[in-house]
Amino acid sequence: MIELRDLHKRLGSRQILDGMTLSVGKGMNFVLMGPSGSGKSVTLRHIIGILKPDRGSVQVDGQEVSTMDRSQLMALRKRMGYLFQNGALINWLTVADNVALPLREHARLKNSEVDDRVMQVLRLVKLDHAAAQYPPSISGGMKLRAGLARALVTNPEYVLYDEPNAGLDPIISHQIHELIAQVRDDLGVTGLIVTHSRACATQCGDRIGILENGKLAVQGTVDEMVHSDHPLARAFLGGGAD
Amino acid sequence: MNPFAHIGKFVVTRADGAGYVCDLLLRTLAYLPRLRRRIRFCLDTAFNAGVRSLPVTLVVAAFAGAILAMQTGIELRRFGDTAVLGTITALSMCREMGPFITGVILAATVGSSIAAELGTMQVSDEVAALEVMSVDPVDYLVLPRVVALAVMCPILTVLSNLIGIYGGSVIAEHNLGVTGPLYWASAKEALTSSGMLLPKEVYVGLLKSVIFGTAIATVSCAAGLRASGGALGVGLAVQTAVRNSVILIIVLGFVVTWFFYFLAG
Repeated sequence: MIELRDLHKRLGSRQILDGMTLSVGKGMNFVLMGPSGSGKSVTLRHIIGILKPDRGSVQVDGQEVSTMDRSQLMALRKRMGYLFQNGALINWLTVADNVALPLREHARLKNSEVDDRVMQVLRLVKLDHAAAQYPPSISGGMKLRAGLARALVTNPEYVLYDEPNAGLDPIISHQIHELIAQVRDDLGVTGLIVTHSRACATQCGDRIGILENGKLAVQGTVDEMVHSDHPLARAFLGGGAD
Repeated sequence: MNPFAHIGKFVVTRADGAGYVCDLLLRTLAYLPRLRRRIRFCLDTAFNAGVRSLPVTLVVAAFAGAILAMQTGIELRRFGDTAVLGTITALSMCREMGPFITGVILAATVGSSIAAELGTMQVSDEVAALEVMSVDPVDYLVLPRVVALAVMCPILTVLSNLIGIYGGSVIAEHNLGVTGPLYWASAKEALTSSGMLLPKEVYVGLLKSVIFGTAIATVSCAAGLRASGGALGVGLAVQTAVRNSVILIIVLGFVVTWFFYFLAG
């Protein structure tokens, strides 16, 4: 379970998070929406321990992330996957080597076992045909799917998705949404998804929360949020929005 | 802004940057025992650094040696003592010019490329991706680059010294009336007169080049890893890397020369 309590964070002269409180239960996908610059990605970076809060608490399974030392953070991160907006693949490694990177660095597996596991997750994201290609030669959607494969290769309990469909066409976006839902349903992975997309929120989410002024302004189940009268819920989840 | 506040901010920013570079170097040295895991990438980086900077290093070194011989030879001819031209050119190249030229060219070619590469990785979240996979960017990105440049800089310096001395010999023979055998004999005598395995002029020059290679790689990696703000940030990182590398080459060159020729005798 991921729990944020009264989280405050200032970056430069801007107060990004101002009392953010959020709870994500095991096995569910929580969708975090909000205007650009409202602190959605900053929230994810607190959970993975890249940023430390000025005030407040970030807990994963009851363990406080903000006070963890380096070895504790490494242990936590091995239980988590993180999908960056553009996949954040290493350019000089092939897709397969990118996906294999966390296994080669940490898992004590034979090369053949690493290769088998890599192909297994690449098949899951339907990218096994591109295993030998380099990131600059594949499309944005393929990069995201490769990023998702890399996030899943260590069998994480949690995956944090940072705008998983940014800049993608509706068909590829739909495939990514199906994958995220499949990861939750088949692998039991808990997800926290940052997105602006109504389609993403309604297709992958169990609960939706909308950030405003550094804190959650409104949250609820997908059904509650779609039918909510709250102006932000209407702006982000109203009929025409995507 | 209050001028004192402006000066204070400038000093704090510079001190913060210097502290980051020192910390990065110490963390890199702490990862040295893990170098075997990075050896392939380290060799790739060393090969690329050598290939990329070799032609320009050789051209610049040849002309530097020629200019050195020309300027020195003009004065020596007035005193009728051009026989020592080989000695002066060889010692100047090995002590100072060779390591300096190689360092500056490595800073401009390889240092800038390292800063651009790591800066782009930083602003496109690739460095953050390594961190969330519990892969320390210092171990994965910085260590191989620092070791590669620390190894390649002395190798290029030796070539630079040889070509520089050769450039001087061409001028000596064609413009100053010093015969080739005389020039090479005096150069050889200057570089083999010590009873040690390597004469002081050579090993001090090589030590300088190891220090220069390490400094260029560390400063360039630091500039790249501290890049922010997209393409503009990457451009600034490259500028910072080259500027700080050249300043360090000059300052460290002075310190090493002072230590070996004045402090330690």
